[in-house]
Amino acid sequence: MTDLTTRPTAIGLGLKPEHVPEILGAPAALDFFEVHAENYLVAGGPNLRHLEAVRSRFALSIHGVGLSIGGPGPLDQDHLTRIADLVRRFEPQWFSEHLAWSSHGGAFFNDLLPIPYDTASLERVCSHLHQAQEQIRRPILLENPSTYVGFAASTLDEGDFLAEVVRRTGCGLLLDVNNAYISGVNHGRDPWALISALPADAIAEIHLAGFAEDRDGAGAPLLIDTHGAAVAEAVWALYRRTISHLGPRPTLIERDQCIPPLEALVAEAARARSIMRDSIVRETA
Amino acid sequence: MSAAAAFFAPFAAGLRAPNRPAPPGLTTWNDSDPGVRFDVYRNNVVVSLVGALADGFPVTQSLVGEDFFLWMAREYILAEPPRSPVLAEYGDSFPAFIAGFEPAAGLAYLPDVARLERLRVRAYHAADAEAVSTALLTSQLQRPEQLPGTRLQLHPSLSLLSSSHAVVSIWAAHQGAAPPRALEVERQESALVLRSGDDVLILPTPPATAAFLSLLKTGATLGDATAAALESAPDFDLTQCLASLIRHGAIVAWQPPGDPAP
Repeated sequence: MTDLTTRPTAIGLGLKPEHVPEILGAPAALDFFEVHAENYLVAGGPNLRHLEAVRSRFALSIHGVGLSIGGPGPLDQDHLTRIADLVRRFEPQWFSEHLAWSSHGGAFFNDLLPIPYDTASLERVCSHLHQAQEQIRRPILLENPSTYVGFAASTLDEGDFLAEVVRRTGCGLLLDVNNAYISGVNHGRDPWALISALPADAIAEIHLAGFAEDRDGAGAPLLIDTHGAAVAEAVWALYRRTISHLGPRPTLIERDQCIPPLEALVAEAARARSIMRDSIVRETA
Repeated sequence: MSAAAAFFAPFAAGLRAPNRPAPPGLTTWNDSDPGVRFDVYRNNVVVSLVGALADGFPVTQSLVGEDFFLWMAREYILAEPPRSPVLAEYGDSFPAFIAGFEPAAGLAYLPDVARLERLRVRAYHAADAEAVSTALLTSQLQRPEQLPGTRLQLHPSLSLLSSSHAVVSIWAAHQGAAPPRALEVERQESALVLRSGDDVLILPTPPATAAFLSLLKTGATLGDATAAALESAPDFDLTQCLASLIRHGAIVAWQPPGDPAP
């Protein structure tokens, strides 16, 4: 089975059920697929069967959206156990989660909600990561979020916060370049400040996606992380700079709304690959 | 209240209350109104969960229209939010909520249509199980004297719904591209829901057959279940019923009398 750690220019797509027959019929020029863990925590049926078929031909990334790593109180032990079982069954290349919270008081909000970047959050996130990594028996990749508000309580930059989490827990990072761009615009700061503050060696995977543009109360651009459009040119430019800085990293195109034909997504992934190859050529020239 | 609770409780409460001001402590780089930005989160929560419900209840949505569904689903989400991040598990109580949702009271069949759609989602994700082999069935059926004491284990995806409304016809009328034609809704109908391959079948089923299968599911013997079915429908045909179950791969264990339960 493909080990992506030896293939840094690997490219992948989020797996969409409507693309499964095409993917299994004539495997595209892709190295890996990513799925949301929560869509596969079911007893049986087509989802798991399709995932087994895809897994038999491609490397896999399992991406959690419900552990609520940034949330208050203890992690949902039942959910964590199910995630650990899924990871054991499918042996993905990575299991990743978000620097965010999504549950409170037993209710699940189905959104990636922001946390203040302060010492209390740092301790909570690290303790949750320790617990999850112990149970899943591997380092988790933690993803930087898209955020729409800041907090008076924050005392750390997002990049410094993530770097400290990596240092304390040994987790890896999933760098979402689209999220870095969105948060940069939404908070009037340079996204490069975030990316350059992250420990390069910890970044194991990169996400690219599209956003929608709205306006805030003052008429300033407010970018919304929809995963509903092609990757924006500004994000490609930031990705190119990121790859020049980091070297190639396995890169995934995420698309969850307005799903286009598979070939359109494959073309976006191929563009990421060619940017990575350009960087290698430049490096060795 | 701990520092963490002081942050999370107001944020979570704000997500659930559209008319409440944004929680305290939010900042924006350009001093714009943080409420406008907080509304992005409020909107994401409702839109994503309404979308999840719409995916699972497409006929219910089409019966009431998108705007009404959005209103009803939103009220449900606020009253009974998901308890787990696994959204396939969300919505078991939606049909009962619809039954108590006063503005939908004019559509008496709506809760049962929603029940049927929920059974369909549950069947899709139910555990896998191998159907018993034809060879085993053939050998068992050659000993008819054993049939009355035999118990069957049916596929985990199999479930039944009996309604005083024409739920199967209503559901079926919304499956094609053509606009649904008028139909008599005040008619009792029963449905058998069962996964077959990648598809979930919704099969119209005579009430006696539905009652027969419900009894089998609770562990009744073929003899007892058949007697009950014959009482309500003298023309109940056991052979035909078994043939249909076999054809759909719905029998996953066949336990002749004296066999230990699995």
